[in-house]
Amino acid sequence: MTEEIIIAGFGGQGVLSMGKILAYSGIMHDQEVSWMPSYGPEMRGGTANVTVILSDERISSPYLKVFDTAIILNQQSMDKFEECVKPGGVLLYEPNGIHQHPTRTDINIYQIEANRIATEMGNKKIFNMVVLGAFLKIKPIVNLENVIDGLKKSLPERYHNLIPLNEKAIQKGMSNIKAHIIEKSILS
Amino acid sequence: MEVSDIIKPENQVFCKTQLLTDTTLSYCPGCGHGTAHSITMEVIEEMGIVQDTIGVAPVGCSVLAYDFMNIDMTQAAHGRAPAVATAISRVWPNKYVFTYQGDGDLAAIGTAETIHACNRGENIVIIFVNNGIYGMTGGQMAPTTLEGMMSSTSPYGRDVKTMGMPIKMTELVANLPGVYYATRQAVHTHKHVRKAKKAIKKAFENTRLNNGISFIEIVSNCNSGWKMTPNESNIWMEENMFPYFPLGDIKVNGKLK
Amino acid sequence: MSELKLMKGNEALAEAAIRAGADAYFGYPITPQSEVIEYLMTEQPEKRTGMVVLQAESEVAAINMVYGAASTGKKVMTSSSSPGISLKLEGISYLAGAELPAVIVNVVRGGPGLGTIQPSQADYFQSVKGGGHGDYHLYVLAPSSVQEMADFVEDAFDIAFKYRAPVLILSDGLIGQMMEKVELKDQQERLTDEEVIKRHDSWATTGKTNRERNIITSLDLVSEKMEARVHRLMAKYKKMEEEDLRFEKIMCDDADYLFVAYGSSARIAQKAVELGREKGLKVGLLRPITLFPFPKKQLLDLADQVKGMLSVEMSAGQMVEDVKLAVEHKVPVEHFGRTGGIIHTPEEVLEALEQKIIKENGSIRYHKTRESSIL
Repeated sequence: MTEEIIIAGFGGQGVLSMGKILAYSGIMHDQEVSWMPSYGPEMRGGTANVTVILSDERISSPYLKVFDTAIILNQQSMDKFEECVKPGGVLLYEPNGIHQHPTRTDINIYQIEANRIATEMGNKKIFNMVVLGAFLKIKPIVNLENVIDGLKKSLPERYHNLIPLNEKAIQKGMSNIKAHIIEKSILS
Repeated sequence: MEVSDIIKPENQVFCKTQLLTDTTLSYCPGCGHGTAHSITMEVIEEMGIVQDTIGVAPVGCSVLAYDFMNIDMTQAAHGRAPAVATAISRVWPNKYVFTYQGDGDLAAIGTAETIHACNRGENIVIIFVNNGIYGMTGGQMAPTTLEGMMSSTSPYGRDVKTMGMPIKMTELVANLPGVYYATRQAVHTHKHVRKAKKAIKKAFENTRLNNGISFIEIVSNCNSGWKMTPNESNIWMEENMFPYFPLGDIKVNGKLK
Repeated sequence: MSELKLMKGNEALAEAAIRAGADAYFGYPITPQSEVIEYLMTEQPEKRTGMVVLQAESEVAAINMVYGAASTGKKVMTSSSSPGISLKLEGISYLAGAELPAVIVNVVRGGPGLGTIQPSQADYFQSVKGGGHGDYHLYVLAPSSVQEMADFVEDAFDIAFKYRAPVLILSDGLIGQMMEKVELKDQQERLTDEEVIKRHDSWATTGKTNRERNIITSLDLVSEKMEARVHRLMAKYKKMEEEDLRFEKIMCDDADYLFVAYGSSARIAQKAVELGREKGLKVGLLRPITLFPFPKKQLLDLADQVKGMLSVEMSAGQMVEDVKLAVEHKVPVEHFGRTGGIIHTPEEVLEALEQKIIKENGSIRYHKTRESSIL
């Protein structure tokens, strides 16, 4: 099994940390992992993306052009990465702020209203965990136990009291995912 | 009486320190470097610290200091002796580490390393021989060349309007908290040699007590570069260098004078 | 017990330096390698092992601090990125000339000038041809994973002390910034001062005891002595080639076409091999792990087997010159690589092979014709 994922959004949405937790979960699952971020000053307030690969084998390129899954959290990233999903692959996105929804018909598209869910849960910071939950519902490449272990590894100890909240957010993400129906109006 | 009757151990009243090699000095006759070398080595010998002393040689006339000083020495790139000494002292905190540098090395190309080593208060001794000229490369202008003084790159005299005034490094670094002892000495008369040696001894004592930087400037002559006889150059030094670079302590025990 | 961690290349390198029993690190921040000194300052190895970490006033000061500590036989390291390495080159030349062991790390970014902070491999010439002034080389290790960023630190120290010569770890922004699973080795004890003296008393400046004084210098004003020094260096480099050349062959056994790539480009080229094999193309990859010494003989041998080679590097074409020299015009050799901080994709790399080498292969006549015209 090899899963090649791009996660893209604004800096501050937890793009990089979500990738990190996923990568750590992969290690807990005894997989090879790579986490390749865009870096530099453009990340501060601008767009951020990270390529995460989980595999049973040695990973060749950590930098890719096409992906099994794109997790897209803002419009700029949609513009850039919709076309980079392999045919038959997955595009998961958070619709808040998206004005041009995806139009491809050869991939599987899902929505997760992570912003709304995180707000309802009273902590906007768990936004990325809701998204992660949604992703794991579609692609259960690691189990929740691995993710919790990954969280423990990647979070400083002083935040470990927040792990139950993160777990709940992941579960919310899993239960609130929606398949995206491409509307006729967009296609025409 | 024959000469061989006189040359006997019991008649010996002075001998060269063991810490100077028998290699003939490459310095010009009349130059102050030889004296500065020998008092530095005498201090190390008298303190009995040769096995714990590491010297850092510069680029300039004294680049070959390691040919004459019979101690372990590392030769540094131009101006970088304080950085080299910093590292040696950090990885061997119980050793005595000193740099021996000229004015081009310490006050021009190595200004940043000098200032920052002093600012960090590294536990080292810096011996700075200031003769107001680049001797090794043939008498070019130094940052310490006096106003109006001629050199091969200031053939009409140093024009301070375009070149700035000669830089007073010892006063400059004395203002940094990391500097514990800053003094300006000379080595052209017996009296001055004795005082300079005392200053160098104090500096190494400071290292032993982990006090930080001891900065010893030695104002010296360069009869070749100045185009004078040794005697003329010493007189010229007293009349011209000393008024601008006055001798004496500038900072003692961490306090400015 | 070894330890599994998810770490950035830069962090893995820093942690490995502590665990390798390094005595000191002197550095200056620059993107994309600042995590090295940040990690060290956070970890406080002074408390863990007694290792000294100091942020110097400049890259120039840092490399001369390395020179100072190395001259006393201590295990010392520095790291920087391209513009900073340019500043260090004078000191690196001194390290080579004075025959001092030290480890220098370059996490390369795009240039020339201030260039870009994004990954690049355009410092190849600077790394393998000497870089600074005079007749010298560095032993150059090119890690292509976070694991190797960690492993190569100890390897680099071993080589540095084996030959009493500076060793360069040539990485880039991609390897430095990405995270992978890394297995960390156990903590090695730092040598005590007494052990350092015992081991290196024949040359290191640790204070003159009953022996002759030790002098560290790169200066020899007697020309014959200086020439002897240069010959001594050249003999070391020959020995490095005989004993410490490193490379990796991937899918080379039946290959008709060959990628030659190091560091991050080797990872990308490996994916291009996978994509090519899926298409039925017999593609292989030769990955030099040491860039100096360079696997010349291995390339020459492969030149008898393959129809063409593509040198892949994030530069305008540097290593390709060494590949060409190695294969002695036996097969066509071309270059492909993006610059300016752009990372080439595996698809681009495969396409370049198809267009520059495979297409040309039909016209291998071009080479044959030229050969016959020479004859």
